[in-house]
Amino acid sequence: MSEPLVLGFETSCDETGVGLVRGQTLLSDALATSMAEHERFGGVVPEIASRAHLEAMVPTVHRALAEAGVHASDVDAVAVTAGPGLTGALLVGLAAAKAYALALGKPLYGVNHLAAHVAVDELQHGRLAEPSMALLVSGGHSSLLLVPDLAREVQSLGRTIDDAAGEAFDKVARVLGLPFPGGPPIDRAAREGDPAAIDFPRGLTGPRDAPYDFSFSGLKTAVARWVEARQRAGEPVPVADVAASFQEAVADVLTRKAVRACKDHGVDHLVLGGGVAANSRLRALAEERCARAGIVLRVPSPRLCTDNGAMVAALGSRLVAAGVAPSAPDIGADSSLPIDVVTR
Amino acid sequence: MLVLALDTATPTLVAGLARWSPDGGPEVLAERTVPSGNRHAELLTVAVTEVLAEAGRAVTDLDAVVTGLGPGPFTGLRVGVVTAAALADARGVPAVGVCSLDAVGSGARTVVTDARRKEVYWAAYGADGARTDGPGVVRPEELAVQGPVVGDPRFAERLGAPVTPADVTTAGLLRAAAAQLVDPSALSSTTHPALVPLYLRRPDAVPPTSFKPATSA
Ligand SMILES: [Zn+2]
Repeated sequence: MSEPLVLGFETSCDETGVGLVRGQTLLSDALATSMAEHERFGGVVPEIASRAHLEAMVPTVHRALAEAGVHASDVDAVAVTAGPGLTGALLVGLAAAKAYALALGKPLYGVNHLAAHVAVDELQHGRLAEPSMALLVSGGHSSLLLVPDLAREVQSLGRTIDDAAGEAFDKVARVLGLPFPGGPPIDRAAREGDPAAIDFPRGLTGPRDAPYDFSFSGLKTAVARWVEARQRAGEPVPVADVAASFQEAVADVLTRKAVRACKDHGVDHLVLGGGVAANSRLRALAEERCARAGIVLRVPSPRLCTDNGAMVAALGSRLVAAGVAPSAPDIGADSSLPIDVVTR
Repeated sequence: MLVLALDTATPTLVAGLARWSPDGGPEVLAERTVPSGNRHAELLTVAVTEVLAEAGRAVTDLDAVVTGLGPGPFTGLRVGVVTAAALADARGVPAVGVCSLDAVGSGARTVVTDARRKEVYWAAYGADGARTDGPGVVRPEELAVQGPVVGDPRFAERLGAPVTPADVTTAGLLRAAAAQLVDPSALSSTTHPALVPLYLRRPDAVPPTSFKPATSA
């Protein structure tokens, strides 16, 4: 008998993702995004995202099935992001997933979005070493997780106490007159700049600070002040140097804390995930520091780092394989679902 | 034909199963009306399972799905619409969308439901039950009421007219869908028509000042 076919739904933010996974094999990863509609607002507008999810839902399912070359009736289980995320957006995916599960007569797994970011790496690099450390950074989250058992136990070691790392990229991009979302343009601009040009602050890195928590609000403000001071003085803003120095500060703090968490907990595998994991400097610095510390670094391809349906299917597949009980029929969405809840 | 009817345009979700024929109209086999507030996503598929069980039918027996497209509060409304679209798609049967107000009361009337923000959703109907005006969203004081008013009685005072309490019903949803159900072969099951909610309002296009839902995890 072949391994179970899992259909995964992701709608926690602006991406409508539907993916199909058989065992640990990625079959399809269909995506629709409303990002272009949010650009002029400089951030994701929840109601616009929710409307777009509804419009895109059935067509995206069709694309996922067609890409995978399977029929809906072949599906063995359905998985869906139950949180954390934007409530209205989550509810569209949850309701759709429940309906497909009911109509196909298959079990439903409501899963944690963050755990799914970790699970997706199994589609590219095989079974996760357990325990692993996971560093998840995006516009919505910045979390350091200890993963003793991906199907049953994930612990939060640290998280941002203010802005998510991706948010800081967006805000700094705005200050520098670069487009939204800010990650890619800052990455590009930084290539021409000197990362040591400006010594921006490293948040929460003092001896008495929480060792695994992050703070990017102070950094963002420092960049804005630095740029304003230049502008007030009538001097040109060295965009490349500001971008490179800002990016260096973010990558430095993230990788320093992740490597320290690995050492403190005796863990020798680190997984990166989330949209910011596509940042070239973060990847390079993580590789460098992990190599020095004897840690195996696993980074999914950029396409799988950002939100998608395959990551949810990947976690669902893991849950099926582990014999975890499906969710109750009256499962709801939870915008602030805690990470220790892998499935609910 | 066996039709599943859903509506989540009001705080009371409706899930009903009915036999429908062009001559006989709807014959309701089972119905759940659940005062679920903002818990539509949790309770709707549960209610669907219950009506199927009560009528002794399986989800594979369905020939069509009818859903209210609102108007209604957006988040709850989308739950019913996407559920109908997904159920119909998975079963390969047509999905039919109707104006939810059409499914409240019958005959000549003005229907009003709660649109929040001190406004009502409304529509007016002639003696034959066909919609003659609306749907719209308006402050109740500004609504020119035609005929008897049915719907949410909490607006009687501000409308200056008595309101007979009435809700969306399974029979009402099927009656509203009658024209589209008459020839189900005309409704293609493979490229089934997009179900677009009757939002009537533009999105509040203000991004959250700080979007970090996951950081509280
Ligand atoms: Zn994410």
